[in-house]
Amino acid sequence: MSEIVKTVTKIIVGVIFIYGLYIIVHGHLTPGGGFAGGAVLAGAFVLLVLAYGSPETKLKSQKEYPAIFESLSLLAFLVLASIGIGLGIKVFFNNYLPKGIVGDLVSAGNIPLYNMAIGIEVAAAMFAIILALIIYKEEARE
Amino acid sequence: METPISILLGFMIIGAIYSLSARDLLSAVISVGIVGYSLVICFLLLKAPDLAIVQIVVETITLVIMIAVVLDSTRIIRPQKAKGFVYFRYALSLAVIVIFAGVLLYMWSAPDLLQVFGDHTTRMSTAYIENAANATGSANLVTGVLFDFRGYDTLGEATVLFTAVVGVVTILRLKGKK
Repeated sequence: MSEIVKTVTKIIVGVIFIYGLYIIVHGHLTPGGGFAGGAVLAGAFVLLVLAYGSPETKLKSQKEYPAIFESLSLLAFLVLASIGIGLGIKVFFNNYLPKGIVGDLVSAGNIPLYNMAIGIEVAAAMFAIILALIIYKEEARE
Repeated sequence: METPISILLGFMIIGAIYSLSARDLLSAVISVGIVGYSLVICFLLLKAPDLAIVQIVVETITLVIMIAVVLDSTRIIRPQKAKGFVYFRYALSLAVIVIFAGVLLYMWSAPDLLQVFGDHTTRMSTAYIENAANATGSANLVTGVLFDFRGYDTLGEATVLFTAVVGVVTILRLKGKK
């Protein structure tokens, strides 16, 4: 891409990333949540890849990381959900942490943790699909 | 409230029909984008910002992928001649038109027959709206329902995404592992 696109991307991509993190962390207070914030995070990555191209960002050497993050966050989601079974209340997906005051940043028990796990999972999944499209096209050219 | 949504729906229908008949694939993709972005504004008008955020980001990423695919191709639809079953196809499209016209006519007359929307027994949603904040501790009702009352749904959605990635990576790879 041209120099203008690269410069604008350099300025704006951090803001987009922070906005995605904000949506995920405040998922239980304001509109949004894991899915929306994860999609915004994936959008930041896609913007970076589109602006700088695959040779500069060394995509090929990093193709395993999205898959690892995706699997780990889904595993964390499941483990968080199933810890409640061991704590005496025999219900899967129980909200076992203390609820706190409605409207505080640290409240709502498990929900912020679930939000973070799902957010990382969605971002890694969408980025992994785009990465697969780019990398396997390069492999087909060789 | 109903007038802007009707105008947007009209735009969406025009965009969808144009994308079917466009010669250039790039303009077809862009007119599909009209449908998605109008849907974003519809969600905002219907007071569903959670859905609007997801829709606008996913629509943008999908559009980027589609445009990249189209720019890498010849961008022209090859004319194809219909082979065989021509009368069967005409009969099929006629049947679809008749059925949809019937459904539309029924929808036109349905508001007189049915009760007003929201007038049915909505005990479940009323209980959610009144108790969700205290029961889950979450100020955002949507997140409270998604991650507490309907936790299995969220798990299913995450699994669908995971399976989609596994499928994409499996199908696209050319070199097998030795």
